[in-house]
Amino acid sequence: MKSISKWLSNNLIRIYAFFAFTYLFIPVAYTFVFSFNDSRKTNLIWRGFTLDKWKNPCGAPDVCSALGNSFIIGLTATAISTVLGTLIAYALGRYEFKGRSSTNLLIFLPMATPEIVLGASLLTMFVNVGFNTSMTTAIIAHVMFCISFVVVTVKARVASLDPKLEQAAMDLYANEWQTFRRVTLPLLAPGIAAAALLAFSLSFDDFIITNFTAGTVNTFPRFVYVSAGRGIPAQANVIGSAMFFLALIIVISSQIISARRKVKI
Amino acid sequence: MAVDASTSARGDLILKNLTKSFGEFNAVDDLSLVIPKGSFFALLGPSGCGKTTTLRMVAGLEVPTSGSIFVGETDITEMKPYRRPVNTVFQNYALFPHLTIFENIAFGLRRRGITDAEVKTAVDKVLTLIELPELAGRKPNQLSGGQQQRIAVARAIVNRPALLLLDEPLGALDLKLRRQMQIELKWIQTEIGITFVHVTHDQEEAMTMADTIAVMNKGKIEQMGTPEELYDSPKTSFVANFLGQSNLIPGKVSGSDGDNLVVDLFGTKVSVPKSRNSATGDSVLVGVRPEKFRIALEGKATHGNVLTGAVVSDVSYIGVSTQYQVEMPWGKEVMVFEQNDDDEEMLRKGAKVVLSWEPIFTFALDGKDSATAGSN
Amino acid sequence: MVAFKTTSAKVFKLKDNKSTLPYLLLLPGLLWLVLFFIVPIFSLGQMSTKVAGADTGEFVQGYRFANYIDAFSASKEQFFRSFLYGILATLIALAIAYPLAYAIAFKSGKWKNVLLVLVVAPFFVSFLLRTIAWKQILGEEGPVVGVLRGLHLISPQTSITSSAFAVVTGLAYNFLPFMTLPLYASLERIDPRTLEAAGDLYANGITTFRKITLPLSMPGVVAGTLLTFIPAAGDYINATILGSPTSKMLGNVIEARFFKIVDYPTAAALSFTLMAAILILVTFYIRRAGTEELV
Repeated sequence: MKSISKWLSNNLIRIYAFFAFTYLFIPVAYTFVFSFNDSRKTNLIWRGFTLDKWKNPCGAPDVCSALGNSFIIGLTATAISTVLGTLIAYALGRYEFKGRSSTNLLIFLPMATPEIVLGASLLTMFVNVGFNTSMTTAIIAHVMFCISFVVVTVKARVASLDPKLEQAAMDLYANEWQTFRRVTLPLLAPGIAAAALLAFSLSFDDFIITNFTAGTVNTFPRFVYVSAGRGIPAQANVIGSAMFFLALIIVISSQIISARRKVKI
Repeated sequence: MAVDASTSARGDLILKNLTKSFGEFNAVDDLSLVIPKGSFFALLGPSGCGKTTTLRMVAGLEVPTSGSIFVGETDITEMKPYRRPVNTVFQNYALFPHLTIFENIAFGLRRRGITDAEVKTAVDKVLTLIELPELAGRKPNQLSGGQQQRIAVARAIVNRPALLLLDEPLGALDLKLRRQMQIELKWIQTEIGITFVHVTHDQEEAMTMADTIAVMNKGKIEQMGTPEELYDSPKTSFVANFLGQSNLIPGKVSGSDGDNLVVDLFGTKVSVPKSRNSATGDSVLVGVRPEKFRIALEGKATHGNVLTGAVVSDVSYIGVSTQYQVEMPWGKEVMVFEQNDDDEEMLRKGAKVVLSWEPIFTFALDGKDSATAGSN
Repeated sequence: MVAFKTTSAKVFKLKDNKSTLPYLLLLPGLLWLVLFFIVPIFSLGQMSTKVAGADTGEFVQGYRFANYIDAFSASKEQFFRSFLYGILATLIALAIAYPLAYAIAFKSGKWKNVLLVLVVAPFFVSFLLRTIAWKQILGEEGPVVGVLRGLHLISPQTSITSSAFAVVTGLAYNFLPFMTLPLYASLERIDPRTLEAAGDLYANGITTFRKITLPLSMPGVVAGTLLTFIPAAGDYINATILGSPTSKMLGNVIEARFFKIVDYPTAAALSFTLMAAILILVTFYIRRAGTEELV
């Protein structure tokens, strides 16, 4: 008996963690399972197993056009925000300059502001200047809220980059640009990649800000929200699950790659 | 990419009135120095003395507040690091982790537009010199500390700079490896003939490797010379205490005897060679290194300078030698190192002893110097 | 994330202070933020005092600060509800996330990285899909309600969805990673040898936790609660999907006034107030949590 209770007290927290993870994954599992549902109009009741939805993910109307828009906005916003954010992170990490604390505050504030305020204020401004909301305004908004996250992610990487490496490069006849291109950038690359991945995830999954700034442009989250009323087609589940596995593969393989780099002897 | 003409400048390294201030604090204070081409030069001093700052100014990684730096005829004071004929071996090697060893070494050559074929020849040659040709394809994190250190040196010397700067390159190595690397670096320097400027706080290292040493303290040079000069004839108590150990005993010049001065040490007269005297007045600090003392029981025969009335207060057996702390009649202690090279018994604590030494091994410093400056 | 502190603030100067390069690097990004974050906030403020133009139907500037009073009194209920739900959701998330973060930091051995990925992985599915999944799982046709009714734990009339309970737990669920990761980061930083030292000095498990682990993890707690509370208070999706008309939050009101009723000034006033309230609460919280000594 005593050994059982000892085992329990040692592992209680591990048992808890197991249940916590299960809880986290319940809706994911549900989404995945119901992507195989032989549903008609709504996907609420289980009718039977089928691979049809997976074979024809664009079968439901508007799903793929919404998905396409999400990708266009996501990729564009990621590209722009990653570049802008990396430049800021590098400046913050390597230089002393006046206005440092104001810069830090400006970067921090969007992360501390509720999305509804971000969305509402942008819409107000666009209305004021008579600018119609469209994909462009959506991209503008997405870049805006992604920059801060890119800065924080890349800045951490810059901080861990030994400045002596850049000094060594200059000592070895590389000018500022060559140093940046051949030493700094390659070594920052993992951080920049992580920032880009983060930015894309935030953009792809965004609903509130997109709702306010995208006008009539449909994105995948908007599509899901609007069809929640009449029933989400199983194809949405298919796409949601596919994105999940894709992201999982990307994250796991990047971890394996970086682990392998360290171990080789 | 064209090779900058300035990277081919050659000649002695000349520092003129070099100063680096951080606000009120002068890290380097009006330093002037000539380091002859082809020599192995050491900048020695405790941490914070300004030696690394000086090195970084020569490398171009730090901008001087005033003064100038010349390589031969070329003024490099304002030049960016990548224009100077100077390469640095950094303290933690700073090898590029994302490049192979080959590419690390080739880095400087490629920036100067050397052709691929020439690069391969040069890199292979230097890898052979440091006896690590098999590591060319590896990455820095796969190498041991000693190997990384040698690659860092190779990466610098492959560029045939006028000057190689070494910023405490052996600090991260264990004792045995450090000793080995000291010999190797010295050998490399004599092989290729580049001027080496080696910054270190380890006085043994400086004395082992360097032709000339400059001892720095608080941004200034205390004394410069060969290791023998600095060791046998220190001019300030800082140098006397920083290099090896010294016993400094206050005394008064009482007369002269040919080439020697006669100095009164608490009633006893001792001889000090005039050539080893840096004091200007009558008040002096007489210096004798602990290993120069001969220690014997009272009553035994002695010659040279003699101090009587001493009592052994502590004994430490160190294998190679025995260290004695000896209390002198005037209340202070001196250190004596006696090599264990004969059958004589160790002296015990409390033993009454007499100290003697050859007058030629005495030096004298200005009486106003602090007797403890430079000791740690 | 705000919670992940970068290593020392030391900056290494490769060049003199007089260089303009840093400013050039900062300019594009900061300009974007000024144009599309700062300026819109001002637009919001400006809009909040406008009034309906009598003739044109457009809104004209009337400097009517009474808009705020009107807006607040009309939506008092939703206002307080947002903060209440936000706080509740944050507390629930904290309760769920802390032991989880602890387990990952101290009890996971070589699985640490895998577990960290697993904490974030559910986020790879669109949060709308996940929230709707909860709605269907907890809803009338779902398995949970059937079981609970069968066990007579709830009556045939009560439903779990369309309730405040569902909204709050939905909020807590959605922001769990925001709570877990900062907690993990600060727990991970604790040198296990300090815990061993506590044991060596006669502290049992609970005492060690109370006196060593918990205080040392406070930075993570602060960061996590902020990162959870702020979006939770401003959220309206959970309320729409999992709630009922009686559980509407401020976000719902703002959205309605932008898109359904087209009352921009009121909507702007509400948004502005929400932001201000959150900022005040956050500043107050940081000051207090930051300086308070934890025994």
